[in-house]
Amino acid sequence: MNEIIESVKNLSIGFNSQKGKQISILRNVSTNIKKGETVGIVGESGSGKSTLALAMMGYIKQGLFPLKGECLFKSKDLLKMSSRQLEKIRGRKIAMIPQNAGQALTPNLKIGYQIDEALKLHTDLNKTERDKKISELLNKVRLPSPETMAFRYPHELSGGQQQRVAVAMALAGKPDLLLLDEPTTGLDVTTQAHVLELLRFIAKDTGTSMIYVSHDLGAIAQVSDRIVVMYAGEIVLEGPARKILKEPIHPYTYGLLKSIPKLSLAGLPASMPGSQPQPGSINEGCSFYDRCNLATDNCKKNSPDLEHIKELDTNVRCFNYRELINQNNNLQTSITKKLNNSEANEVLKLMDVSISYAKQKFFDQLLNKISDQNPTVKDINIDIKKGETIALVGESGSGKSTILKSIAGLLKTKDGQIKFENDRILSSDLKMRNPNDLRAIQLIFQNPDESLNPNHTVEQILSQPLKLYFNLSGEELKKNIIDLLKKVRLGEFYMSRYPRQLSGGEKQRVAVARAFAAKPDIILCDEVTSALDVSVQAAVLNLLQQLKEDLGTTYVFVSHDLAVVRAISDRVAVLYQGRLCEIGPSQNVYKFPSHPYTEVLLGAVLEPDPDIKPKLVAEDIVEEKPPEKGCSFQGRCPRKIGDICNLEVPPWQIGENGNAIRCHINIDELASLQQ
Amino acid sequence: MESNLITEDKHKNKLEKAFEILKTMASKPSGLIGLSIVLFHVVLALLSPYIAPYDYKAISPNTMLLAPSAEHWFGTDSLGRDVFTRTILGGRTALTVTFFGSLIALLWGGLLGIFCGLVGGKIDDVVMRVVDAFLSIPWILAMLLIVSLLGTSTEVLIPALGFFYGKGIVRVARAATHDVIAKDFIVSARARGHSNMSIIWNEIIPNVRDAILVEGAMRWSWMLLGFSSLSFLGFGVSPPTPDWGLMISNARGLMSFAYWSVIAPIVGLSSLIIGINLTADAFAKALGIDRSTKAPV
Repeated sequence: MNEIIESVKNLSIGFNSQKGKQISILRNVSTNIKKGETVGIVGESGSGKSTLALAMMGYIKQGLFPLKGECLFKSKDLLKMSSRQLEKIRGRKIAMIPQNAGQALTPNLKIGYQIDEALKLHTDLNKTERDKKISELLNKVRLPSPETMAFRYPHELSGGQQQRVAVAMALAGKPDLLLLDEPTTGLDVTTQAHVLELLRFIAKDTGTSMIYVSHDLGAIAQVSDRIVVMYAGEIVLEGPARKILKEPIHPYTYGLLKSIPKLSLAGLPASMPGSQPQPGSINEGCSFYDRCNLATDNCKKNSPDLEHIKELDTNVRCFNYRELINQNNNLQTSITKKLNNSEANEVLKLMDVSISYAKQKFFDQLLNKISDQNPTVKDINIDIKKGETIALVGESGSGKSTILKSIAGLLKTKDGQIKFENDRILSSDLKMRNPNDLRAIQLIFQNPDESLNPNHTVEQILSQPLKLYFNLSGEELKKNIIDLLKKVRLGEFYMSRYPRQLSGGEKQRVAVARAFAAKPDIILCDEVTSALDVSVQAAVLNLLQQLKEDLGTTYVFVSHDLAVVRAISDRVAVLYQGRLCEIGPSQNVYKFPSHPYTEVLLGAVLEPDPDIKPKLVAEDIVEEKPPEKGCSFQGRCPRKIGDICNLEVPPWQIGENGNAIRCHINIDELASLQQ
Repeated sequence: MESNLITEDKHKNKLEKAFEILKTMASKPSGLIGLSIVLFHVVLALLSPYIAPYDYKAISPNTMLLAPSAEHWFGTDSLGRDVFTRTILGGRTALTVTFFGSLIALLWGGLLGIFCGLVGGKIDDVVMRVVDAFLSIPWILAMLLIVSLLGTSTEVLIPALGFFYGKGIVRVARAATHDVIAKDFIVSARARGHSNMSIIWNEIIPNVRDAILVEGAMRWSWMLLGFSSLSFLGFGVSPPTPDWGLMISNARGLMSFAYWSVIAPIVGLSSLIIGINLTADAFAKALGIDRSTKAPV
């Protein structure tokens, strides 16, 4: 068990900048991977975690080169090997599972053939033995009916199944070390929980060592024995998983854990100020100095070494770690937010809204109607009160973003009406809406890289809505832009910058400022934090909450992340396949009784705590389209009671806490089942 | 606290940016060679009326088909005209016609392509089918028709060439617009209620401008070849206007014993085309567009 299979010694990797300066991305990284151990490498984007993981299989991205140090796999340096020698190791001794298996699999070759290729390359088995091995592998990764699965093409599988195939391919060469680069990041919560469970099982079953790279502490907590925390290209904390997650003794890890929204906590998570320094910008002192609240003058001048603490079995890079040793109960705190006054009037009403993506037939096109008996989104009734934050939650394909687009007027509704302020019907055609209604409803998008024009400066970006809605110009325009920037805590000097010169969090702030520029009544937030790093996410959530409290804006918040939703929303609506399952005040939705789908979702949430294991109650099948009759969740429901679920649309039942659930099972019975 | 690496290009006006791009282009040998060739041709074209040693249309039976000498650097042609004079003046004609031709091609092709990409739907379908139909007509036949109907003056040639070389730009501009159109910042502008014109002007053009400019530069070199081919066939500018295509056409029968009269215009034409091509490639690289990934038209 204690045999070391890979050891990294004093590794530094860097590149030459345009000015000829050497800039390092990894700085003096040393770590050991033992046999049978799963090591989680965690860090925010740009921390060097992927560079480290790739170097561990002897691969260095183009443009980078090792500055010093070595990567010893079974005491041979991978970085000095020729590509011939590496070929013999990769796949056979060290295998990799990529982030997006859908892109890593060849689209026009069958699954079985692709696994066969890996087997041919890495084993000496003959044809019949290989065929047997293929179904054995597919069985091992728990794919249903391995015999027929081998004859399918990648596009016929769901994201989770593709990821399983990638795992099977990686296992084909019986590697000693498996490298996983964010293997569950693009997957739905329930699928993610299932894949992680599988990986844990494989690690135990085969005794393979694993390196698990992720930004998600929740996922890392589920699989790792040991955790390495990276910050600005350095290891800042390394130790047993439980110790790191329960008693983080580095201020960065401590702050990171605090900034993760948790299901058990209602308020907003605390945010860390600032952002990670760019490579090459640190000259002296600790790289975390700017953001650290324990920092002293010593930290500014001298950079701490990685220090081994015997009693905790942990390595830490901090001068003042002792101050953190006995404060760990504070991890479970949150900022309480002002609850919304529920007496307020309704500002937006969705009445029997159905939306269809089906292509219109010729005659329907002439008559300008949509005849689709089974639309993507159906019968949505939600009343949104002024000043509240209502969250729409669901997995991909649940229609949450579709509803948002319809409210914004970007998608036509099939049936139903959207009423705004005093029961005025909003046209489903954007061009028919009056400018004031357009101004009143603003959108913030998921990815600020896409939602900000890369060729506009921040000033130009923010002046668009100000010019359009308020006809501002000259000094007044400039004053308003500066005010907006101040509102989102950005300085005046950001005006002349382009989006590429901003960090992810700053970009999203600009996007938030642009939405608020219109002085809107309602802001539609489409997964606004899912492209951001955890510590930045907390800051953006806090900013949104603050702006709402100051300006009384209403948010419609779409997210797949139940913990984020818990943190920010007053009310939650759970959607499955475009149908509402449950709706109610957020503290009640997160309590039992819940709709079976909510139960499944809540069970699959990964918390950064090794003691809280996800409960996997339903299969992670992906349904292509909603069922035509009966309950939308009939295909996956763990509590299905019989034919009635397939045939009849379940009735709404109101629980005693005020959350409405759409299920055939009596609500009291549901409560006792779920206790 | 903020990164200090990326704040460098903060306060730069357009002129400085253009200079920056030129500098990047010239930093690679191929770009430097291309730029120098184009610059050489442009300077020569601008100065040619002042430095031309002879009258380009002066026919003289005494100086027929003279070999290159100190008096006639590139020799003389079958009518006794100085080849050097005619070559540098020919460059002037070629550059003027094709420069303005490509400008027209760029404008109408680019704007129509962006418009079609943005509005999509039926208008896009109809316009693109018309463009396809025009693409299927051999351009040289269509040019012959236009020239025989309207004459061969530059006032006819420039818009006609501009029209025929703009068809391809429509497709490139439309494809580039499609790349941008799905981005959220366009959706965001739409949701705010901006007009189509405002979206084209503010959101799309800054993002497709580079791709269209590079395409336009490539079209320029093709147009040069096309224009010279027309003259070669006798449908371009009419004699005695000095023109490379015309010069090659007149002298090609005498190539075996008076090679000089055909070499100079060939070198002029091919060096200019190579120069423009190299410059366009360097331009694309400096702007961060990889031409090899562009869809063929």
